[in-house]
Amino acid sequence: MATTSFRQREIAIVGIAESDEMGTVPNKSSLQHHAEAAHNALEDAGLSKREVNGLFTAGFSTLATAEYLGIQPGFTDNTSVGGSSFVIHVAHAAAAIRAGYCDVALITHGQAGRSTRARVPTDPNLPQAQYEAPYGLIGPPVNYAMACTRYMHDYGEDRTRQAMAEIAVATRKWANLNPKAVMYKTPMSFDDYHSSRWVAWPFHLPDCCLVTDSGAAVVVTTAERAAACRKKPVWVLGAAEGHDHNIISMMPSLTSLIARETGPRAMARAGVTHNDIDLTMVYDSFTYTVMLTLEGLGFCGPGEAPDFVANQRTAPGGDFPLNTSGGGLSYTHPGMYGIFLLVEAVRQLRGECGDRQVKHKRDPGQNAKLALVNGTGGSLSSTGTAVLAVD
Amino acid sequence: MTQPSRSASSGQAQQTPSIPPPVPQPESDFYWEKCKAHELWLRHCKACNKTYFYPRDICPDCFSRDTDWVKSSGRGSLHTFAIVHRAPAPAFANKVPYVAAIVELEGGARMPTNLVGVEPDPSAIKCGMAVEVVFEDMNENISLPKFRPAS
Repeated sequence: MATTSFRQREIAIVGIAESDEMGTVPNKSSLQHHAEAAHNALEDAGLSKREVNGLFTAGFSTLATAEYLGIQPGFTDNTSVGGSSFVIHVAHAAAAIRAGYCDVALITHGQAGRSTRARVPTDPNLPQAQYEAPYGLIGPPVNYAMACTRYMHDYGEDRTRQAMAEIAVATRKWANLNPKAVMYKTPMSFDDYHSSRWVAWPFHLPDCCLVTDSGAAVVVTTAERAAACRKKPVWVLGAAEGHDHNIISMMPSLTSLIARETGPRAMARAGVTHNDIDLTMVYDSFTYTVMLTLEGLGFCGPGEAPDFVANQRTAPGGDFPLNTSGGGLSYTHPGMYGIFLLVEAVRQLRGECGDRQVKHKRDPGQNAKLALVNGTGGSLSSTGTAVLAVD
Repeated sequence: MTQPSRSASSGQAQQTPSIPPPVPQPESDFYWEKCKAHELWLRHCKACNKTYFYPRDICPDCFSRDTDWVKSSGRGSLHTFAIVHRAPAPAFANKVPYVAAIVELEGGARMPTNLVGVEPDPSAIKCGMAVEVVFEDMNENISLPKFRPAS
């Protein structure tokens, strides 16, 4: 396969933002969250809506979203492969910009995941509706729990359980440092974790992400335009995407995520290695998702995540800063969380994170310079990996 | 992840709705007809000799069109499971706790199902345990293949 390197600093993220309020926001619709986030991200960039000529979203159609925002894009991309989509949109935006199809790309997401007044039914013609739904194999907690059980069988239940607790507790500690996090003022101990109720065994409640109302947006543009934006550019050095199934029962291996391909590909395109990375942001739909992702990305081998995350290594003060916003587990998760990985990675690389600011590995006097972002979507179905950097 | 399913959603009727039966598709009419007769039939590729689920006319592995149907022994092993405590849809509110499962049939095909005839307790269920098919009639046209510990 031809590899496209973005090593040349040609494409930059210049604007990021969330919607105005996150958590339980019953007075706002999904499209309102899109619009607020888009407004805030363009303001962050110092660009106007009239300059946007590429629109990227998932879940909602770009048709509906563009109309609502009052945008008539010359490039439209509705790639929708689950919550990873927005990380993939960054790669697609970079490709479209390099090909000359657009030069200001707006990626938006909004979802009233908690307060929506009408849920979208599943298409009864699809295999999921025909073969899984009648058995109650419905929704991420059930699907991901089944995958986790297999991991426990293959690699040991007790050490898997310990790793899940380590991740839940460490991520909460990061949320306790992020004023925007839903769980900002709610600490959680190991005892709290182990004594919490079951959602779908082997998942306790804190193994599962939040369900919130929120939106976020990201603006991508050329190096030339980035130079005139308000904040310093965050370079897109490399990216990759992939998927290997849709419904959970068709997953080739319940203990191996397609990040095994997208991680190495994105890093090769960026010309970086694991040791170069200061900050890792991965989609934590569930504690188990984090374990599979770290293994897939190659930070450790299959079955080794429990050793890798032991002793609160990923918590504030640990030597592997992970999901520093508080993640989907403790910061926000409206339904398709991937875009929020980008928001936090950009904030960290800009040095805007206050008490939770991550430092450069080789020179702790400087802020983080290189971030690895991995979104996972569907039923552990798709991943999008991106490598981001600042000068 | 797509739209999250939330249990016992606000605004739903007080009465628990029934579980929607599957809508057979052109490729699966035969599968559901056989299920109705309490037989489990799988697709088989004559070119690469793989037995696969779910039913597709063209082999998802080697992409051959030379496929037929074979009757499954209905025996296999439990590939994995989860014990569902929080109903993922209102129709399952009075079903919890139940065992969501993936079974690997003799011949290698994996299919989603429920494990029944066993306590919904992780100490009673083990990946790899031998299971056998049992049919549960949903209505006069649809019978769901489920699995129980092998006798």
